[in-house]
Amino acid sequence: MVHLIPDNLSSALASMVAPAKIIAGCTDFFPRLAMGKVPNRIVNVSKVREMVGITKTTPGWRIGGSTTWSEIIQYPFPPAFDGLKAAAREVGSIQIQNTGTIAGNICNASPAADGMPPLLTLNAMVEIQSENNKRLLNLEDFVLGPGKVDLEANELVTAVWIPEPRNNTVSSFQKLGSRKYLVISIAMVAVTLATNSRGVIKFLNIAVGSCSPVARRLASLEEKFTDLNVSELLEHIPLDLADFSVLSPISDVRGTAEYRQAAVLELCQNAIRDAISLTGVKK
Amino acid sequence: MSEQDHFYSGEDIGFTLNNKEVFVTNVQPTERLSESLRERLLIRDIKIGCNAGDCGACSVLVDGEIVCSCLTPTQQVEGQSILTAQGIVSDTELGQKLSHSFQKHGSAQCGICTPGMIVSAYKLLQTEKKPTEEMVKDYLGGVLCRCTGYLKIIDGVMNVDNTDHGGVSGFPSLGVRARHLDGEEKISGRLQYGDDVAPPYALVIKVIRSPYHRAKFHFGDLEEFVTKNSDIETILTHEDIPGVNKFGIFPGFIDQPVFAEQETRFKGEAVAAVVGYPEFFNNFSVKDFPVSWEELQPVLDMENAEQEGVHQILPGKPDNVLCNGIVKRGDYKFGLKNSVFVGEDEFTTSFVEHAYIEPEAGYSYMDGDQVVVHACTQSTYMDLEGLEKVLNLDRTKIRVIPTGVGGGFGSKLDLSVQPYLALASLKTGQAARIAYSRQESFLSTTKRHPAKINIKVGIDGEGLIQGIHFRGKFNTGAYSSWGPAVVSRVPIHATGPYFVPNYQAETKAIITNSTPSGAFRGFGVPQATVALEVLMDKIAMEMGLDPLEFRIKNALVNGVPNGCGQIFASGVGIKPCLEQLRPFWVKEKNKAKELNETQKDNHVVRGVGVASGWYGCGNTALSNPSTIKAGIKADGTVYLNQGAVDIGQGSNTVIPQIFGEALGVTNVSFKLLYADTDITPDAGKTSGSRQTFVSGNAAMLCGLALKKKITRQLNVSEDSHLTIDGSVVHTINEPNEPSLDLATLPQDKDGFVYKAMETYDPPTVSLDSNGQGQPYAQYGYTAQMAVVEVDKKLGKVRVIKVIAAHDVGKAINPMLVEGQVHGGVVQGLGMALMEEFLPGKTDNLHDYLIPTIGDIPEIKTIIVEVPDPEGPYGAKGLGEHVLIPTPPAILNGLYNATGVQIKNIPATPDRVLKALEEAKS
Repeated sequence: MVHLIPDNLSSALASMVAPAKIIAGCTDFFPRLAMGKVPNRIVNVSKVREMVGITKTTPGWRIGGSTTWSEIIQYPFPPAFDGLKAAAREVGSIQIQNTGTIAGNICNASPAADGMPPLLTLNAMVEIQSENNKRLLNLEDFVLGPGKVDLEANELVTAVWIPEPRNNTVSSFQKLGSRKYLVISIAMVAVTLATNSRGVIKFLNIAVGSCSPVARRLASLEEKFTDLNVSELLEHIPLDLADFSVLSPISDVRGTAEYRQAAVLELCQNAIRDAISLTGVKK
Repeated sequence: MSEQDHFYSGEDIGFTLNNKEVFVTNVQPTERLSESLRERLLIRDIKIGCNAGDCGACSVLVDGEIVCSCLTPTQQVEGQSILTAQGIVSDTELGQKLSHSFQKHGSAQCGICTPGMIVSAYKLLQTEKKPTEEMVKDYLGGVLCRCTGYLKIIDGVMNVDNTDHGGVSGFPSLGVRARHLDGEEKISGRLQYGDDVAPPYALVIKVIRSPYHRAKFHFGDLEEFVTKNSDIETILTHEDIPGVNKFGIFPGFIDQPVFAEQETRFKGEAVAAVVGYPEFFNNFSVKDFPVSWEELQPVLDMENAEQEGVHQILPGKPDNVLCNGIVKRGDYKFGLKNSVFVGEDEFTTSFVEHAYIEPEAGYSYMDGDQVVVHACTQSTYMDLEGLEKVLNLDRTKIRVIPTGVGGGFGSKLDLSVQPYLALASLKTGQAARIAYSRQESFLSTTKRHPAKINIKVGIDGEGLIQGIHFRGKFNTGAYSSWGPAVVSRVPIHATGPYFVPNYQAETKAIITNSTPSGAFRGFGVPQATVALEVLMDKIAMEMGLDPLEFRIKNALVNGVPNGCGQIFASGVGIKPCLEQLRPFWVKEKNKAKELNETQKDNHVVRGVGVASGWYGCGNTALSNPSTIKAGIKADGTVYLNQGAVDIGQGSNTVIPQIFGEALGVTNVSFKLLYADTDITPDAGKTSGSRQTFVSGNAAMLCGLALKKKITRQLNVSEDSHLTIDGSVVHTINEPNEPSLDLATLPQDKDGFVYKAMETYDPPTVSLDSNGQGQPYAQYGYTAQMAVVEVDKKLGKVRVIKVIAAHDVGKAINPMLVEGQVHGGVVQGLGMALMEEFLPGKTDNLHDYLIPTIGDIPEIKTIIVEVPDPEGPYGAKGLGEHVLIPTPPAILNGLYNATGVQIKNIPATPDRVLKALEEAKS
């Protein structure tokens, strides 16, 4: 058994020639260790320099896969990232935010991954590399189901890309749990709202977590709002339950399916209201 | 560059620990930093509460950032700098200040979460000198505490600059806000808990448990398994038990095997234990153990257990009923018939987990032919008695020494790790250790009994209770444990602290294939109180009565019989508690009304609820003596053998306060010796809110007896004031002020010149077949008010404020009283709103939710002192009372806010929303 901690990407990729368990923040790795067999080869990517930190480039923002939630909270992003930051603040506790990473959250592919809804509303893409290949995939296409992602054994999620948001883009995030701190959500909603200077909505992206095997965008709802003026948005509340039909909430220890159905509508309305207030447009 | 250059390679890892360079050799690939620190470097102020990042007790700073050391690979910290609570408190000025502030504010009770709190607070205060309460919560939100209710921790952090360092010497006086005498050792991380005592070389015990609620099992070739694995020393099964393979609490109910034979009756029941060298367990999975399972149909709920034709779970209990209880006074049918209004309802409650942050753990070894067991326990002598029977050993061959106890709340009364430890050391002759994982602690140790309660209450035209009929069923799980105690306590208390002329309460404990239910803060009384107090609010609503005045009108008073026909001439304090709430009640009701009216469209509504509680201190109609021993040595040092186990509630401080008062000499050098079955007499179990009352009385009698010996020698009156200066005792305000040099007196072999040992057993009278008698020599009383806000769209309930009036007779230490109240209220909040153990489903601290620092209300404690004639200096017990009225007060607040009653707790958001929607249609 071996635990490798490469400090650069080529070493990391080279060390994945044999099947390996990739770890970074270890916030899921250690708790699960008690349940299963110990992997033979562990590659710890928390110190791979190409995977740590946030950079702004022309096509958008590159968040290294091993960037922690705390780093995301502290980074001076534009307002479009406020929802992502809010989600980061809701991850477990400071202890977990300090070690848990953005790629880990995505690759763990939990239906309740806190990072997923805001990233989906930001049209995030996943940068995947292996020793001889590099590809970019929409986040929506990357996460396939609970615990399932489109990743080959020799591939690493090296970064998350977020296209440069338009001016006048704001975002909000709502997490519902049965307690404050250290809680897995019953449901989550992220909203990203872009308007022009006259308050016309260019897009209103909405994503819901913990109510389907993978967090989902609510496309039919989003379409209804495009080209409306922000000031008219509130007239569409209460929202129509039919627009949530892509969701398939289940009953578990955190709440019943019926409850999730009702709560998500409410959370969504709250998230939209929050976003509207962030635009500064008076209704 | 060679590949090697790019790797933080290898097995030998160096880092800085508390400002010293350290080196850990042969680090395993999956070794956690917590393990390296605890087992390699013996830094045991890192506490393992969950090993999953859910509790934060193992928090450390790595390069200045707070992380859980249980989630940090040791290999990853090469070259980094690590700071633990121990280092912070001993090496930094800020750490010192924090330590003083935590002591001054009573921020540590059991102390198991304290290192995590200190680390988090240190980081916060480095970042922000004057943090807001919100910031404190954000920084400390990753550390769970089950004792304090967090408020005194917040106080300790926010008032860190208050540099009054106390500096009191001698016994703290009675009635003062004295610091915990054992506070410093907890805050500095020096106190050793269950898993902190063992040396790293000790054999490790791992228990093999049933993966099914009910199963038959067959072992494979165990001998071969041992032979094949050289690092296994031995395997323990029921065949290794020299005595009786059963333990339990009450005669006639000793029915739980140490290791199951042939069939397991609950998920998590032990069948065997592997005893081996630590290395063996690095790669051991319980699935490798040679045992085959045949899953059988379990009986999981009470309805099912009582059906005809269902299998019998325990021998001798054909109908799956463990036992019954009854209290009967007057004629309840007559009472209900004479009422103008009869309220009636059904309530259900869930399994509740104690969720102390320290899982069960201990250490054992052979001292000659005596087996010594160190374990986190609430009762050393009960452990001793249980082990005596299991081991078939004379009690002089067993010694039980409690470690620090990281919370108990009732569940550490039962044997858990103790038999495995003793058996392992007896069989191998070697030192052995065991620490339950969080999941094992969830699966195998006792829970609060789920209850199904049907209750009728009849009220006359004057608003007086005329009759109550109460029927309660309690799911006691697969074995008896404290089921009989719940069944007998509940009918005594189900009248509430009210005068009920016509009363009948019947209780029943039902056996199921679930984790055994046992003792948990209140022994079933909290469940019963939910039913009574929530129904009382419905009655008040229907009859147009004010809920508080309705309770005051019916409150029990001196000279009036309770449901058992017991009459107290003095000391009944419920009415003063309720009356103390009056001004707050009016103010908060008005405020809630105003808020709800001014924000008419708002879906968040506010309500105010009230509930009462009472609780008998000590065992129910059974002898439960405490003995306290003390002595003075020739040098003037007073020794106090205080055997009341301190599980965070404060007996290590309160008992010396009482003793010091009785001795009449407080400013003296003294030494406390704690529970140890070889040196300290039995002060009974820490249970039934009995230590301040029962052991307190023994301490008082002991102090008086010791003083009497001195005053007799001095030939002065017994109530003379004494001082001890060095070895000389002086009298004050006596003619000629005689003095006595202790050094001139004859000494016994241990150097004592005077010794005393006194016992107190509360006077009770056993109950007749109708439950009439004097079950307790003392009751404590409480009334609490809860202000809650309900989000009607999401079903979320937030408790804003709790005002808690408690009659404690005499507050021996008001700071500790508040600490108990805060902790109990927050546990009650958890029970009301979020806590539900589902066997096999919520067996960790992220699926089973207890309140975090972000969920707590403001809590105002009102100390009421109606002296109890039996209590030491008038003091009454408090530990369990604090939780009893909280759940119904919250539920009544919810009712007041929304008009909806939740009768199936916890009132989780989904249940609340459903109830709100049903009420609409």
